[in-house]
Amino acid sequence: MRLPWVGAGLGRGTVVLYLSVIVLLPLAALTSQAFEDGFSTFWHQVTTPQAVRSLELTVVASLIVVAINAVFGTIIAWLLVRDEFPGKSIVNAVIDLPFALPTIVASLTLITLYGNDSPFNIHLAATQAAVVVALLFVTLPFVVRAVQPLLIEMDREMEEAAASLGASGFTVFRRIIFPNLLPGLAAGVALAFARALGEYGSVLLFAGGLPNTTVSSVFIRQQIESGNNVGAAAVSVVLLAASLLMLAAIGLIQRWGSRHERSGGAGLTVMPMSGEDFTAERDDDEDR
Amino acid sequence: MRTANGKRSRWGLRTLGLGYLALLLLAPLVTIFYKTFEHGLGPPLEAITSSDGLHALKLSLLMVAIAVPLNTVFGVGCALLLVRHRRRGNALIDAVINLPFAISPVVIGLSLFLLYGTQGWFGPGLAEAGIKVLFSVPGMVLASIFVSLPFVVRETVPVLQEIGTEQEQAASTLGANAWQTFWRVTLPAIRWGVAYGVVLTTARVLGEFGAVSIVSGQISGETETLPLFVEKQFQNFNQAGAFGASVVLAMLALATLLAMNVLKRKEDA
Repeated sequence: MRLPWVGAGLGRGTVVLYLSVIVLLPLAALTSQAFEDGFSTFWHQVTTPQAVRSLELTVVASLIVVAINAVFGTIIAWLLVRDEFPGKSIVNAVIDLPFALPTIVASLTLITLYGNDSPFNIHLAATQAAVVVALLFVTLPFVVRAVQPLLIEMDREMEEAAASLGASGFTVFRRIIFPNLLPGLAAGVALAFARALGEYGSVLLFAGGLPNTTVSSVFIRQQIESGNNVGAAAVSVVLLAASLLMLAAIGLIQRWGSRHERSGGAGLTVMPMSGEDFTAERDDDEDR
Repeated sequence: MRTANGKRSRWGLRTLGLGYLALLLLAPLVTIFYKTFEHGLGPPLEAITSSDGLHALKLSLLMVAIAVPLNTVFGVGCALLLVRHRRRGNALIDAVINLPFAISPVVIGLSLFLLYGTQGWFGPGLAEAGIKVLFSVPGMVLASIFVSLPFVVRETVPVLQEIGTEQEQAASTLGANAWQTFWRVTLPAIRWGVAYGVVLTTARVLGEFGAVSIVSGQISGETETLPLFVEKQFQNFNQAGAFGASVVLAMLALATLLAMNVLKRKEDA
């Protein structure tokens, strides 16, 4: 639908206003608070031993989680596309559960399952392993949902040709399947990493806020509660910068992926980022 | 040799993949239901029907009732702008819309906390006007809108691109004005995509914890949504209460998954 010229102008104004009030102004207030007492105070706040420790834990745990996701996400996507087993459609539907289930509920069930009263006798509560498990839960769908459509679209003739020429199963995977999945895998990993860096609810009850299990988001919460707004804002700005970096990376990956002859971004069903290039300067408002 | 090998690796992958899902997804899901009804229906029912529990449920629904329609109207309008009215500034709008996906809920909560706090840019002015944003419903609504902002836009944009403009042009050639074209041609064509976005928005608003917990102050019976109620009950060692509220949220999550599947099928059809 094309709005008349006045309507489009008004609409653009409303969109910009809405985004400014809801998103941009709060983030500006945060950034201004972080640098309120100058850059040296900001730097001092993000380099206190506790802040550094929380940032380190967050990054290392997220990296571990993303690596595990890359392997298991690809295996699960493979099972969902290439394998047949009873209950497959239910498994396929349940993959999105972590997107739909509130994070605090995830934390509650994880501590019940793998906490002190664990029915499996696996005791992880309040350890760094708990951070990893909680993050694994919330980020599970990303890689699966990014790789799955690429596997569906993939031309099987290439694999058959390679196999008939004597390539082993592993060689076919390494030389043919993996390179084709790479754009989706990279996008899924980047989305999962961005999510893991900022995750709060699922970690809260399960891993808690002990000195060695405090991820950055929990650390920020602790700083707010102890009245250190500048410290909380400073670490928040670091997380915010990481988020912006990940978004930029995802944008690049998607452009690269759509150049590899696939429908841009169509694969990321739950969290699709536009693969479309909106910078195009075609001003078709005028030709009406 | 090859087939035997293939069969073995196939079973290996199945065991690995499905075993992982069982431990990470199925076990938690079963646990919620088992733990809630372990001692019968009584304790969880009592917890949710307590006055704080009911208030939390109502407040959660209020968040949905305000945030979802706002983000839906915004989302559809914004998608139309991005797809049908290309301008240089669109790339920037598009980038800002993705922000809530990547920013930590705690950072979102803190941003609102600082903007509307007593020393924030808006805090003093609003306080003078008698409007309380922090530790009350308006702040929680703002947090809910922020975290769930991108879903409708992101689900609508690809559908709009796919349907193209031919039918819309035909309608306007036949004399339909912009409104008529939107209601009679565009909206029916994108409805399942929009609906999918609405489902995701609703699920996100219902489940939001981090951002809302910071701006709400978590006052029982006043500024507590269901997820906040779950945490409070857990901290107060009231397992029955925590699981009673959790089971409500888990059932809503399952309903979300069901709706997502139905809508995906309609969209593909």
